[in-house]
Amino acid sequence: MVIVGYGMAGARLAEQVRARDPEGGRVALTVVGAEPWPAYNRVLLSGVLAGTMTAADIALHDPAWARGNRVRLRLGARAVRLDRAARTVRLADGASIGYDALVLATGSRPWLPPVEGLADDRGEPAEGVATLRDLDDCLRIVDQARPGVPVAVLGGGVLGVETALGLARRGAGVTLIHPADHLMERHLDRTAGMILAALCRAAGVRAVTGRAAVRYYPGEGVKLEDGAFVPAAVTVVTAGVRPETGLAADAGLAVDAGIVVDDRLRTADPLIHAIGDCARAGRAPQGLVQPAWEQAAVLADLLTGADGTARYRAGPVVTRLRAGDVDLTAFGETHLEADLTALGETHLESDSPRAEVLSYVDPARGTYAKLALADDRVIGAIVLGLPDAAATLTQLHDTGGPAPGDRPALLFGRALPQAVADDPARLPDSATVCRCNSVTKADLVRAARSVGGDLGALMGATRAATGCGDCLRTVRRLAERLEDDSGNTTEGTGT
Amino acid sequence: MNTAVAAHCPYCALQCGMTLTPREPGALVGPRDFPVNEGALCQKGWTAASLLDTPDRLREPLVRRRRGEPLRPAGWDEALDLVAGRIRELQDRHGPDAVAVFGGGGLTNEKAYLLGKFARVALRTSQIDYNGRFCMSSAAAAGTRAFGLDRGLPFPVTDLRDADVIMLVGANVAETMPPLVRHLRRARDRGGLIVVDPRRTATAEQAALHLAPRPGTDLALALGMLHAVVAGGHLRRDYADARTTGLAQAWRIAARWRPEEAERVTGVAGACLRDAVELLAGARNAYLLTGRGTEQHSSGVDTVSGWINLALALGLPGRAGSGYGCLTGQGNGQGGREHGQKADQLPGYRRLDDEAARRHVAAVWGVAPEELPAAGRSAYELLDALGAGTGPRALLVFGSNPVVSAPRAGHVARRLAALDLLVVADTVPSETARLADVVLPVTQWAEEDGTMTNLEGRVLLRRRALSPPQGTRTDLTVLRELAVRLGQPASRFPDDPEEVFDELGRASAGGPADYAGISHRRLRAGEVLHWPCPDRRHPGTPRLFLDRFAHADGRARFVPVDHRGPAERPDPDYPLIATTGRILAHYQSGAQTRRVADLLRAAPAAYVEVHPDTARRAGLADGDRARVVSRRGTVEVEVRCVPTIRLDTVFLPFHFPGDERANLISNPALDPTSGMPEFKACAVRLAPANGERP
Repeated sequence: MVIVGYGMAGARLAEQVRARDPEGGRVALTVVGAEPWPAYNRVLLSGVLAGTMTAADIALHDPAWARGNRVRLRLGARAVRLDRAARTVRLADGASIGYDALVLATGSRPWLPPVEGLADDRGEPAEGVATLRDLDDCLRIVDQARPGVPVAVLGGGVLGVETALGLARRGAGVTLIHPADHLMERHLDRTAGMILAALCRAAGVRAVTGRAAVRYYPGEGVKLEDGAFVPAAVTVVTAGVRPETGLAADAGLAVDAGIVVDDRLRTADPLIHAIGDCARAGRAPQGLVQPAWEQAAVLADLLTGADGTARYRAGPVVTRLRAGDVDLTAFGETHLEADLTALGETHLESDSPRAEVLSYVDPARGTYAKLALADDRVIGAIVLGLPDAAATLTQLHDTGGPAPGDRPALLFGRALPQAVADDPARLPDSATVCRCNSVTKADLVRAARSVGGDLGALMGATRAATGCGDCLRTVRRLAERLEDDSGNTTEGTGT
Repeated sequence: MNTAVAAHCPYCALQCGMTLTPREPGALVGPRDFPVNEGALCQKGWTAASLLDTPDRLREPLVRRRRGEPLRPAGWDEALDLVAGRIRELQDRHGPDAVAVFGGGGLTNEKAYLLGKFARVALRTSQIDYNGRFCMSSAAAAGTRAFGLDRGLPFPVTDLRDADVIMLVGANVAETMPPLVRHLRRARDRGGLIVVDPRRTATAEQAALHLAPRPGTDLALALGMLHAVVAGGHLRRDYADARTTGLAQAWRIAARWRPEEAERVTGVAGACLRDAVELLAGARNAYLLTGRGTEQHSSGVDTVSGWINLALALGLPGRAGSGYGCLTGQGNGQGGREHGQKADQLPGYRRLDDEAARRHVAAVWGVAPEELPAAGRSAYELLDALGAGTGPRALLVFGSNPVVSAPRAGHVARRLAALDLLVVADTVPSETARLADVVLPVTQWAEEDGTMTNLEGRVLLRRRALSPPQGTRTDLTVLRELAVRLGQPASRFPDDPEEVFDELGRASAGGPADYAGISHRRLRAGEVLHWPCPDRRHPGTPRLFLDRFAHADGRARFVPVDHRGPAERPDPDYPLIATTGRILAHYQSGAQTRRVADLLRAAPAAYVEVHPDTARRAGLADGDRARVVSRRGTVEVEVRCVPTIRLDTVFLPFHFPGDERANLISNPALDPTSGMPEFKACAVRLAPANGERP
């Protein structure tokens, strides 16, 4: 078995194969990686960029991993051609590796938008332009984007916003340029996009939306379509990625925004599979790691024979952005709006045939929650700055469970705190005062009738406050009150 | 005039100090200043004397000659002759393993020790285990692999008083051990109490931060927190370098668990998880304590390892004023797991498969090492094998009530019914005793001397305060009488607790849990002795690990563990997750506490806690009778609507018998290392009870 690609998907697949076949009795495994170092966790690159993690922290495998796990690992080796008839993979250095099963885990590469001067003759980023795909890019940007250095970030999707905030944290003067009307427009409605832009500004990022970059001047900056100029010593492009499908396409395999595979992650050639960012398994790849890992598990089951019935089914996708003080979750139907036209015709809370949309917006504090439900199921949400709500909503979305009836609690994430009756006189008789000894207020009142309101006597008679002792204050206050009342026997209940 | 005797509570592992003043009948409980409880008691403690004169106390042996006949009174000789005769018969026909023994974590050290010796020497059976398997086994296995030694709290419980931050994971101490809450006050009042529990328990109510993960996802939470420790720059790298190994491998896995990933699995917001990490990392002194909620899973050992990894990353274990510990549940849960009633262990926390350990213990017992049987089945495997195939044909039960407390209890009751012989030694006609062929009435806590090892590894002497009822015998005497009838010399099975303890000390000498230097005399003299205590002049060891951990290299181990989740997940047929636990008024199977009028009044029946929305969707309202149905059985209980519980989770207390047994539905999926069943997460559905509603 040969895995082409030693990124997060390829590395995970190799681990999963060895988890099922630790001695290598069933599968002889070769992994081909284009980068010169062992696999690392690409998701954590933003941590390296923001300075919270080092390159060593994000390594997925240590250098001895391959040997210890009976894996032949070829680093710094780029696959250039598949020969399906001969069942071989040709590498850039001329070597050729035979396979019985081949897995393409080639990932994706950053897309450079058509901005004049951004790419060189070979289509590679021009001088002063960085993408954020690999550790090299990341280390280079970290090296250059020192405090005070002006940086332009092109593309206001998740990665763009995360990168801009990370660089701003390092002290760079960041301008985030996004051609659409608001940030993350695929995931967010306009309100959320506007609030996110304000949060970015508060974090020191200048967000420019609704204007595309048209020309790049090396080392100087970027010109926008309205003629404005954004000075930048470093320009980071975060305008999306394109799946690496060249090997598959050249070998005559179907490609449609990703190498097309079935629910066994198999191309039309039954010996060739694809997983991760390069694969279209049911739907176009989204650049997320979760599907890649799920695919790796399924494929490991199939290729080791551990579970021949394993199948991949694409699950719900959640967009999560967390950087500095920004905590954003978005999934499902995020562009629905509350339908106010129906108000004139129907009763409130009647069974609406349409989706139910709730929202809360607090622009001054950068908080926003929007929730779409249909048939009492959560079908979409945007949550900015209410992390508890986000966690609950995501789980409801993932499991398809019914939403609670308390919609405000759902929207805000925690039930509003209930006022605690501080005055024991206002407690109902049935209220348990001392849990450790199952003593109710009525028990205390009854005891006071026979032993009086002395605290020690009350405690002795009821054993209230003799366990964890936390109710001592309440018992004391109640005792004082009962003692006051003891002269007035007919009204001694104190309720 | 009767004078007050210093005593300890008969229930949980706190072993609160109390006084007992004999009365006619019974005794009176009084407060006693003891570090664990400072004179305080919960309702169970205050009312404990009721156990001594409960109306249906067993006072004579009961025997049934044939199944289907009622149990009838018999003399001791008749009952013991019958038991010994049947044991010989079955072992002659089917071999020594035809007879099994099931012990308990409430038995004194002396009883636990002699029970293990009885099984291995008199019965020569490998088939012995105990209900502690259902209690501490996951924490014990994880503690041993991390630290080289398992002592629930490796520090006195009173050390908790000085902590800034305490994180309780799956432990509802405000209900299960209320006096302990006194030691949490400082942390709590400073906003430093963190509670991890799917329910908003009485303990969670007091927390500055309550994390409520979906049941069965605790390991994902622990991994997410370890990630946050590293990503947030809180890793104690100096400590990790000097005192641990294995961080890199553990981190490789945790690196995949960004708090946002953990959030997706657990439902705990990444932001809350980070808040918890910041609190722990910012504390001068901090403790991480686990309980059954996080341990009673089919991945319980790995889950505890996940928490220990977190504690190690924060540099807590083995540092004065900080630490990791697990809160032992049963009264002698600690001592009970150290002295040989566990399937794979010999006294002193020695391993049965360790040749040197076998030689040492065999020499103390006066037998040849090769005569000692090998390790047997773990508790549930043992119960599951009864009366079928190669499984045991007879079972002797001491200090346990598996008909109520074992997982998949309906099945366990059927296995017990398939036995050729069931013998139960107990103080009251428990649900298991009622199924027995022979019931042996034994003495209890205040009627006999014996030692208990509490949750902090302190060995306590529980003194005899009053005479046992006529007709009862101690478990030690029962074991001696049976052993003699099975051909053993009487001298090999002493029934004087002090004599048994001295022998236990010799058997444990040199083992991990070394009691050799502890004696009833030293304890009577008031010495405070935590094990290990290897010789008579040794002051005991209140705090372990301060200089080194118990592995040969002195270092603690990070263990690379990954989340795998519960064995059974919700699906359209069983859409909810049921979890089980204890409530304040009752203890374990309730065989004792349901006989105390005040406690029964406080909590008379089982119930199911449900979110009001979840109840409504099932056609139920507060107070209705509901059926909670799993793949293994159905429980019929009252609905209690609780708006703070997760919508996907229901909770049932496990102290009640018959159709209200929570364990009728629980899942016996076992942890591969510890044999712990998955008590805390199984898939269920909820429906109105028959005839209640259309």
